[in-house]
Amino acid sequence: MPLPFLPARPEDLVRRRLNRGPLPFLAKGLPWLSIMLASMVTFSPVVASAPVLPPLGFMTLLGWRLLRPTLLPIWAGLPLGLFDDLYSGQPFGSGIVLWSLTMLAMDVIDEKFLWRGFIQDWLTAATLLSAYVVLTAAFAGLVTSYPLPVTVGPQVLLTVLLHPVVTRIVALLDRIRLLPLKRL
Amino acid sequence: MARSPDRRPGFSRRAQYGIFTGYVIAVVGVVAGLVVLGVSMFNPEAFAFARTTASEVARPLGQAGAETRSASQGVFAAIGAYFNAGRQNAALTREVQAARADAVTMHALQQENSRLKALLGIVDPAFKPVTGARLIGSTATSTRRFAVLSVGSHQGVQNGQPVRAAGGLIGRVVETGPDTARVLLVTDPDNVVPVRRASDGLTAFVQGGANGKIEIRLINTGVATLRTGDVFVTSGSGGLYPPGIPVAVATQPHRDGATGHLASDPADADFVVVLPAWQANAQAALVAAQKAAPPPPADDNTP
Repeated sequence: MPLPFLPARPEDLVRRRLNRGPLPFLAKGLPWLSIMLASMVTFSPVVASAPVLPPLGFMTLLGWRLLRPTLLPIWAGLPLGLFDDLYSGQPFGSGIVLWSLTMLAMDVIDEKFLWRGFIQDWLTAATLLSAYVVLTAAFAGLVTSYPLPVTVGPQVLLTVLLHPVVTRIVALLDRIRLLPLKRL
Repeated sequence: MARSPDRRPGFSRRAQYGIFTGYVIAVVGVVAGLVVLGVSMFNPEAFAFARTTASEVARPLGQAGAETRSASQGVFAAIGAYFNAGRQNAALTREVQAARADAVTMHALQQENSRLKALLGIVDPAFKPVTGARLIGSTATSTRRFAVLSVGSHQGVQNGQPVRAAGGLIGRVVETGPDTARVLLVTDPDNVVPVRRASDGLTAFVQGGANGKIEIRLINTGVATLRTGDVFVTSGSGGLYPPGIPVAVATQPHRDGATGHLASDPADADFVVVLPAWQANAQAALVAAQKAAPPPPADDNTP
């Protein structure tokens, strides 16, 4: 018996029918759910003694915002940043401020640049991500009132390089989000 | 790709108000976030309840992660062990022979020590660990270094209790929930541990560098120099950590201390042990004295 055909695209997993549409809670909720799960990566098997992981929750937020500019409301930074603060170990409030500011900044960037491409998206993301990593380290340093050594360099580099990967994962999630599972 | 025109709703009043409210909430988010950030800077414990609740919710996730970690480490260690089994066997045989001789000496010394202590009338306080636990999470993104334990106040864990692994000190408990607790790791810049050199008792303190390494600073500079490989153990001063727990190994000596690495990396620690606070009554007295102290005197230069 031949192995069942494994489709390369998520769309091939379900039967294509004319009278099907995406599930509402999946279509609306998957971005929120994926960002929150990415924020909870601190409960992953990695117990680190140094800040080694990129801010995955923030990267996922940026990925969704760049891929689907109108999917997340502009106030999404407030609840999602609050959730990230619960798990990130940062001083409480740094996520709320930075994530809200990011959503506003992305709105301004959308107004300024009417046409977008891969390189421009990456440059935008690189700017925002480096600013985010540096500012979170600065907030943490303010709280300890001890000048933190410059340890975020490798983290910034890794974050910027990983952004296209996160974008691809978000794009895959976006296709899963729109799977026609509901009978109309 | 062109920008989508969803933010231009036309003449619909409802849509216009919706968009306006969105901007208002976003700006309120920034302002509220700044206020909350200010509060948590002056009082880091202010939002501990929210964090502990969140850790409690995510506890099963962390438990599963911790089990995966120890299982995968076991697999890799087992594969790696095959590659140098013969060499390792010979080395271990030699080590065991040396260790047997050491153990006999150690036993004799212990007996002598207890005899001398009895002579002086020193009684060791009963020092039983509070509980054993797993590390189920850590703030791997932030420069603040916290880890989450799988036990909490139900198991008798309290704030201020030291946490150690087999290899050495991990940190101390700073926030306690019913079934989880947050540990300030030794690598956090806020954590200062009084230590002494294991070989000769030279006093120093260890401060985290937030990059996974730690700084060993001598209390009396210029008296002695550190060498690579010097081992530092807790000295017990301050009453927080019991004496004799390995903390750090010096790797890069410099003028007034050394940069070192941890004796026990939290990443390798499968299980950790929560110890009771070393001198809890002394700490309580210190906190009470700080609370009862009058406000610091005003600056003389101010008119």
